[in-house]
Amino acid sequence: MAVAAHEIEEQLLIRAGKELVRLVIIGSVDDGKSTLIGRLLYETGALYEDQIAHVRRATKNGDPIDFSLFTDGLKAEREQGITIDVAYRYFETGRRKFILADTPGHAQYTRNMATGASTADAAIVLIDARLGVLPQTRRHAAIAALLGIRRLAVAVNKMDLVGFDERVFRRLARDLEQFAAPLGFAQLSFIPVSARLGDNVAKPSARTPWHQGGTVLGFLESVEASRDDPQAPFRFPVQGVIRPHLDYRGLAGQIASGTVSVGDEVVVLPSATRTAIRAIESFDGPLSQAFAPMSVVLRLAHEVDASRGDLIAHVGAAPAPRSRLDATVVWLSERPLDPRRAYLLKHTTRTVPVQSLAVTSRVDPETLAEHPAESLALNEIGHVSIRCGRPIIPDPYARSRATGAFILIDALTNETAAAGTVGEPADATDDAQPGGRKIIVIEASDVLGAHEVEGFLSENGAIVAVVHTLTAAKACAAAGIVAVLLGRPDDDALPGDAIAIDPRIVGWREAVRALFFSRTDSPPPGSKCSV
Amino acid sequence: MTHPIETGTQKLSHLRMLEAESIHIIREVAAEFARPVLLYSIGKDSQVLVHLARKAFHPAPLPFPLLHVDTTWKFRDMYAFRDRYVAEHGLRLIVHRNQRALDDGINPFDHTSQKYTFALKTQALLQALEQGGFDAAFGGARRDEEKSRAKERVFSFRDRSGQWNPRNQRPELWNLYNGRIDKGESIRVFPLSNWNELDVWQYVQLERIPVVPLYFAADRPVVERDGNLIVVDDHRYRLRPGEVPKPRRVRFRTLGCYPLSGAIESDAVTVRDLLAEMLRSRHSERQGRVIDHDEEGSMETKKREGYF
Repeated sequence: MAVAAHEIEEQLLIRAGKELVRLVIIGSVDDGKSTLIGRLLYETGALYEDQIAHVRRATKNGDPIDFSLFTDGLKAEREQGITIDVAYRYFETGRRKFILADTPGHAQYTRNMATGASTADAAIVLIDARLGVLPQTRRHAAIAALLGIRRLAVAVNKMDLVGFDERVFRRLARDLEQFAAPLGFAQLSFIPVSARLGDNVAKPSARTPWHQGGTVLGFLESVEASRDDPQAPFRFPVQGVIRPHLDYRGLAGQIASGTVSVGDEVVVLPSATRTAIRAIESFDGPLSQAFAPMSVVLRLAHEVDASRGDLIAHVGAAPAPRSRLDATVVWLSERPLDPRRAYLLKHTTRTVPVQSLAVTSRVDPETLAEHPAESLALNEIGHVSIRCGRPIIPDPYARSRATGAFILIDALTNETAAAGTVGEPADATDDAQPGGRKIIVIEASDVLGAHEVEGFLSENGAIVAVVHTLTAAKACAAAGIVAVLLGRPDDDALPGDAIAIDPRIVGWREAVRALFFSRTDSPPPGSKCSV
Repeated sequence: MTHPIETGTQKLSHLRMLEAESIHIIREVAAEFARPVLLYSIGKDSQVLVHLARKAFHPAPLPFPLLHVDTTWKFRDMYAFRDRYVAEHGLRLIVHRNQRALDDGINPFDHTSQKYTFALKTQALLQALEQGGFDAAFGGARRDEEKSRAKERVFSFRDRSGQWNPRNQRPELWNLYNGRIDKGESIRVFPLSNWNELDVWQYVQLERIPVVPLYFAADRPVVERDGNLIVVDDHRYRLRPGEVPKPRRVRFRTLGCYPLSGAIESDAVTVRDLLAEMLRSRHSERQGRVIDHDEEGSMETKKREGYF
C-alpha cells in the first residue's frame, strides 16, 4: 500500500499532538467483552498482520474470525476460558491514543474492576441484550461511579441474537437509567451492538435504523476526557530531594493538580512552612510555569525542611493535614479487614501507620444500600473511619483524584489490602460559624506547651481558653472560643474540625498560622488534622 | 518553553504524559528501594529508559547503576555503542556473564533457544541481581509487545528465587505503587508499560536520543535461514553447507543476540524514515524475534522462570 510522503508527515505531526484517554471496559463472563475489544483493536488498525494470521489459525475451521482470541493472554486463562486479571490494551484513532483497562466483571472480581476504573476517564459497560440489566450490571455502574468515573457508555451487546429489536434495547436502557440516576453520571450513552458482527462498533449499523446515538468508537472519540484543570488548586507531593551538591536542593515530584509559577507563594505541609517558588526546573531547562501532570523539580526560595511525603500548595489554598478520615474502601485482600491488624496507609508519596480502622457500614453495590458491618471481605465495599499515626494531606476524592486516593498495605504481609477514596469532611458545616471565626480544639502534650499555644493564638487575635475535658472544649467551641485541650481524649469523640498540635515540634506556629490565620475570610471546609 | 508543540495550551500531548508518568515511576522506585538497578540491553527501549532516568534526577547523576546481562553474542555495534554511551554520560555500568554456562559451551547453535536463553539470560540475570544485592530492577518492557505482557504490573513482584507468579501480583490503583518487600524479595519495574513501539520511536526523534545504528538500513552480510534474515556479524556464525552471506539492505526492529535476531529489508536510514515505514508496516516488532516462536505462550513460561 503506497502512502504519500506528505501524508506520513501529516500523520506524525498529528500523532505528536494526540490526546491520551484512559478507559475501562467492564463486563461479565460471556457478555462478549473480549470480542468487542478484539473488534475495536481490529477496526482501529491496532493489530498486525502476523497477529491476525495467528488468530485466523487458532479460530476453529469454518467459523468467522474469533475476535476474542486477540486479547486472551495468559495460558491459565485460556485454559479456563475466562479473564482473571486486568489487562491493558492500546489503540489509537485520528486524534486520540487510548489506554483500555480490560477488567472481568463477575462478582468475585470487584478488585480488578476497581483497579481498572481507578485511572479511567470513562467506562464502557457491557450488557448481554438477552439477559437485560442484571445485579452485576448495577454493580459495575456503582463501582465506576465510586471511583470517580463520570462518563459511561453502555454497550448492549448480542443485539443480533434478539433480532436487533428496538423494544428490547429501550427497556434495558430505561431499567439502567433508573438505577444510575442517583450515581450522578454526567453522561450515560446507550449503544446497541453486535461485537461479533461489528454493528455499531466502528460503523453505524444498517440494522438499527432506530438508533441515532452513535457507535462505541464514536463515543470514545468524542467523550470528554477528565482533563487536568489548570484552574484546580495546585498540589505537589514531594517524591524526593535532588541534591547534586551542597548549593543545590530541588524537590522532585509530579504535579498532582493545578498550575505553579515561579514566584508563587507556597506552603510546605504538614509543617506549614511558608516560602516561595524560586525556580521550576527540568532536564530541558528552567520553566516559568508548570502544570499537572508534569514531572518537574521545584526549588524553594528559603532553606526549608521539605522532603519526601510533604505536599506543596499555594498559600491560601492549602489542604488541611488530617489524621482522621472518613473514607470509602474496596477490600482487595483475601484476608478480611481486621481492626487489630497493623496497616499502613499510602497517600500520594506519604506512607503513615494506621492507628485505628473501623468499619462504619458495608455498601451493597447492587442496591447502594448501607448495612451495618464490622469487617470487610475480599471485593466488598464499605465506609470506614481511619485514624492515622501521622497526618496525611488529602483532598476529598470527589474534588481531586490524585490527592483523594490512598491504598492500605498490610504491614505484615506487605500485600495491598484495600483501595480507598477520601470523603468530604463529615462536619464541614461546623466551620461556618457566625463571624467566620474558625472553631478549633487543640490537644497539647504538656501544660507549658498548652500555654505557649494559648499565648500564640491570643497574640494573633483569637479568644482562647485552656481546658482539661472534652466537654469543656466543646462548650468553648460552641461559644466561638478556641479551646486548647490538654491530653489526648478518645479521638472518636473529637469534633471533626479538631486539630492536634505538638508544641515540641519546631514549626507548629507556622502550622497554626497557615491553618487558621492566613485565610480567615474563607476557612477551608473541615480540618480534622494533627500537626 | 522547551516543548514547542504544547506552548500555551496547558495540555500535554500523550508523549509528554507518558514521559511524566514514567519519570514519576522511576522516582518512586529510587525513593522506596535500597538498591535499584537499571537493566540495560542497549536496545531502543533501554535508551529511552536511561534517558527518562537521567531526566528524573537531573541535575544529579543517576542514583543507580546500569546492568548489562551479556551473552557475548550481541552485535559488535552494540558493544561499541554501549561503551561509548556510558562513557559519554558518566554512567555506572555493570556487565555480567554467566561464566559457568559459557565455560560449558552453551551457545545459540548447539542448544535450543529455550536452553540458551535460560542459561545466558535468565540465570545470568538472577546471578547478577543476587551478587549486586539489588532489590529493584528497571526493565524497558512494554505491555503492547506481547499478549502475556498485557497484564504485567508496573511493579512486578518476584519471590525469593526471582520468579514471577501471576497469582501473586499486587493490584495497582491510581499511581500508588506498593513497593514494600521482605528481605530477599525483589521487584521488576516497567516504567514504559504504557508506551508502544511508535511512541518509543517518536520520543527518540523528539528527544534526539542516540540508538544503535543497526536499527537503520545498511548493506549487511545476510544469510536466510528458516525464514529469518540473519546478519553474520562475526566469524563465530556457523554457516551451513551452501550458505553464503550476501550483502542485503536490512535493518532490525528489535536487537538481541545476533544469531537469534531476524532483520527486515528496508531503506530507512533516519528515525523519520523509520517512523514512516512503521506507519506503513503491518507486522509486529516481535516477528523478528526467533525465540518467541518456540511455543505458544513461550514468553509467559520464560517470565515465570525469571526472564524479563
